[in-house]
Amino acid sequence: MLTLEGVVIEQGAFRLAADWSVRAGALVPVVGPSGAGKSTLLSVIAGFFPPSSGRVLWDGKDLSPLEPGARPLSIVFQDNNLFPHLTVAQNVGLGLSPGLKLDRAGWRRVEDSLGRVGLQGLGARKPAALSGGQQSRVALARVLLRARPLMLLDEPFAALGPALRAEMLGLVRDVAAETGATVLMVTHEPRDALRLGGETVLVADGMAAAPTETAALFDAPPETLRAYLGEG
Amino acid sequence: MAGRFGPVTGRARHPVIRIAGGAAALVVAALTLGTLVAVALRADGGPSLGPADWAAIRFTLIQAVLSAVFSVLLAVPVARALARRRFPGRVLLVTLLGAPFILPTIVAVLGLLAVFGRSGILSTALGWVGLGPIHIYGLHGVVLAHVFFNMPLAVRLILQGWLAIPAERFRLAASLGMGPREVFRRLEWPMLRAVVPGAFLVIFLVCTTSFAVALTLGGGPRGTTVELAIYQAFRFEFDLGRAALLSLIQFGICAVAAVAVWRVSLPSGLGGGLGRVVERWGIATPGLRALDAAAILLAALFLLTPLALIVIRGAPGLLSLPPSVLQATFRSLVVALCSVMLTLALALSLALMAQRARGLVAGGTEALASLSIAVSPLVIGTGLFLLVYPFADPVRLALPITALVNALMSLPFAYRAIAPALAEVETVRGPLASSLGMRGWARMRYMVLPALARPMGFAAGLAAALSMGDLGVIALFADPGQVTLPMQLYALMGSYRMEQAASTALLLLACSLALFWIFDRGGRMRADA
Amino acid sequence: MKLPAIAALAVLAHPAIAQDTPVLRVLTYDSFVSEWGPGPQIEAAFEETCGCDLQLVASGDGASLLARVKLEGERSDADVILGLDTNLTADAAATGLFAEHGVSPDGLALPVAWDDPLFLPYDWGYFAFVYDRTKLETPPASLTALAESDLTVIIQDPRTSTPGLGLLMWVEAAFGDDAQAWWEAMAANILTVTAGWSEAYGLFLDGEADMVLSYTTSPAYHIIAEGDDTKAAAPFAEGHYLQVEVAGKLANTDQPELADAFLAFMLTEGFQSVIPETNWMYPAVMPEGGLADGFDGLVTPETALLFPADEADGERETAMQKWLAALAR
Repeated sequence: MLTLEGVVIEQGAFRLAADWSVRAGALVPVVGPSGAGKSTLLSVIAGFFPPSSGRVLWDGKDLSPLEPGARPLSIVFQDNNLFPHLTVAQNVGLGLSPGLKLDRAGWRRVEDSLGRVGLQGLGARKPAALSGGQQSRVALARVLLRARPLMLLDEPFAALGPALRAEMLGLVRDVAAETGATVLMVTHEPRDALRLGGETVLVADGMAAAPTETAALFDAPPETLRAYLGEG
Repeated sequence: MAGRFGPVTGRARHPVIRIAGGAAALVVAALTLGTLVAVALRADGGPSLGPADWAAIRFTLIQAVLSAVFSVLLAVPVARALARRRFPGRVLLVTLLGAPFILPTIVAVLGLLAVFGRSGILSTALGWVGLGPIHIYGLHGVVLAHVFFNMPLAVRLILQGWLAIPAERFRLAASLGMGPREVFRRLEWPMLRAVVPGAFLVIFLVCTTSFAVALTLGGGPRGTTVELAIYQAFRFEFDLGRAALLSLIQFGICAVAAVAVWRVSLPSGLGGGLGRVVERWGIATPGLRALDAAAILLAALFLLTPLALIVIRGAPGLLSLPPSVLQATFRSLVVALCSVMLTLALALSLALMAQRARGLVAGGTEALASLSIAVSPLVIGTGLFLLVYPFADPVRLALPITALVNALMSLPFAYRAIAPALAEVETVRGPLASSLGMRGWARMRYMVLPALARPMGFAAGLAAALSMGDLGVIALFADPGQVTLPMQLYALMGSYRMEQAASTALLLLACSLALFWIFDRGGRMRADA
Repeated sequence: MKLPAIAALAVLAHPAIAQDTPVLRVLTYDSFVSEWGPGPQIEAAFEETCGCDLQLVASGDGASLLARVKLEGERSDADVILGLDTNLTADAAATGLFAEHGVSPDGLALPVAWDDPLFLPYDWGYFAFVYDRTKLETPPASLTALAESDLTVIIQDPRTSTPGLGLLMWVEAAFGDDAQAWWEAMAANILTVTAGWSEAYGLFLDGEADMVLSYTTSPAYHIIAEGDDTKAAAPFAEGHYLQVEVAGKLANTDQPELADAFLAFMLTEGFQSVIPETNWMYPAVMPEGGLADGFDGLVTPETALLFPADEADGERETAMQKWLAALAR
């Protein structure tokens, strides 16, 4: 279970508070206006910088002393998820060993996970030789291989078309189901949020609200969400 | 978004980096400030400055300012033309334009005088139409020589700035119907304001420590710079206190200049790619084309004619050079390669440390990396001698020390090339590497080094070329059994063998350029792979 | 990445010479030890008889030699310093680092008497302005005429070069109180001042100036080595300043006998016969075979100017002030 315990993030005039939990295995869309702090929230959970107060806990254990790579989570960014100078297989292999010290079995697992995301046989290519959708699949193959219990997705599919996005969301669900992971996914698209289902966190007005059942939230949106959705 | 909150935590705080960075900082500080202190401590009596010293300070400032101003002013149209015109041989030209900067002083001066001297080709040509020879000696000669040395550097820095303007902006400007004048005002002028002061500063600093060029082309004692005054204090008067004081003044001039241009900071990204041409619209008019062609042609003529003359004079004797010259070449190559490795190790260690530090430590590291531009080679040599002498025979250490000091001289440029690239890779790829738990050597190998291939290739090329042409830590460490190529060049000249010296100069030029080309290209190919 | 560098540096470092033969270290200037200088032949000749290892160590040009001696001070492990000239010997003697050579300098072929107890001469020459006979038919006949002419000359900086300092002393010896006036009259003729002899001579050969400050013996190189007799030194009525190059033994040498043996050897055939056509100076003792033909036609000044060493040291400073005052405008 992910718990944000009295978390307050401050930077200059910016302020964001969060104080809630997400149950294990939940799929949680994170929505809200631009600049509200959705990505910032994920960055704090991922450990890129500390909150000004409060704690981030996983299964009751304080994560603050842990560096990003040591936290029980994988994160997929909006872009720059792959090293352009490494092959696809190497990029995925980093999920198993950050020093790429893989034995033959390790490389076979890399190949397997590439197969799972539909990229069998493309391991030797450089990311630049892949389409945008394929690049996202590589990142997800790595998440699959890392098999961490928490998955943070920071608008990873924003640049993809609707059909491709739907496909990727399906893949995310599959990967999450396979690893039993809890998923937090920042998105701008209400449809993506609805497709993911579960409970949604609304980030607006300096506050990341506790997760609310997604369908209900969008059926009767609070004022901030209405303004954001353009239904105000 | 993570970038909004400044450097992320959790990046590799590897003890190795702290140790390597600390060691590098120590080495650089010992070689620059330590040697100065060693010289000062050996002095007896308080030093004082005479009117001649003030004259030297004044001349140093004037020639450095003028040299920097003209180098930069002339570089702007050339850089602009190179940025927006595509023509055969462009890449070759950009590479050759780098040559003057890495030439040994004496070779460059002789090359320049073959063009601009009293019996140079320009004076000869003027003679045909009944005009007297050019008088090159004087302040204008010093400035001309410094422009010859440094304009290519300015072109490179400013060209970088031009290529850094996103192509989309030029597209946008074209779609809004902006003419060249408007484009200049809205897009190019702001870039120049950011880039030019830094380029000015670098060239100012380089020219501050000039002395042989300033003296020879300055026409005598009028052309006395602070560095020459240091020579006088050291060799003529053996007044080490005065030498140290003057060296400190030289530091001071550089520091004041640096602070004066503080807000714009030194230009970065020395090592970026220059192969690209910015796609531009509305510049196909005959007038603009002629302007650009003239800029490129004149710059090429100005910079390449002296080089061509060095080639022409040296070529006939090239095959009959004595074997000792080839041995010296080999020795110089080995020294240059060692110097390259030391330069990269120093620059990388300092850049990694500066990046992980904040405030004073970071600023201090940056200043330290730039310090050797301002330092007097004579003071380094003498101080090093004083430091080494009690423990070891300086002659035995001649080549290692030469390699080390050459590395130190390349460090400011190498650091400038590597540090920004390092900052960028940490910003762009750092979060991903951190989230994957990549630290220490794995992070270095799979994230940092590949991204640094291009700037490191450039830095290595520059370090190799500068080391090849440098006379080294001067005489105090000379070992007659282990002469380097520049020393051999001087030895040949010193024993009247001017023709063989000319061929040696050509060999030196060829080696320097080849080394630069190989490393620079190697870095780019790795980066593109 | 750093390991190979260190390994390579270790390879570059001079291998330590482990042997029982005594080592004599002679500190001298660059061009003496260069492949084309006297060093290699002299080293071979001395080692034939001394049963020792003669190490010639170079330290820049002549002007920096004394600075090196002072830097090393009493800890110096050099045994002999070779290459100071008479402008510097008083200063060198004042360091107290040198010991008497004990040689009675008979048979010296010097134009002046020699009685310095610390330093022994090994070669000498006259400073002179060299010109190209095909370009200049009637060279000026005196320093005064040179200053009055509209010829261009290249000289060396006395602060960084031995000939440069030589000219300073030459003018001082010739004109005394009027030296500054000569320099002022000369200012318009001085095309430029270089840091070292090589640059100046190179520029002259490239045709940059009508005359260059060098030695009366310089044309001998062109005649003997290149078969070119177009270069000549102009004889000047005021006389020519003499440069006498000397060597001296350091007081705390650990090889006093060897050092003495070297100084004695210095005035013998094995050393002296090498000098003329490598250092392009006159030998301090005339070799048995005399000098090569190329030396015959050289200018031989009627008046040799030379400050005694102790005076030279005092004149140096004032001469420099006059020089700077006249030219630094």
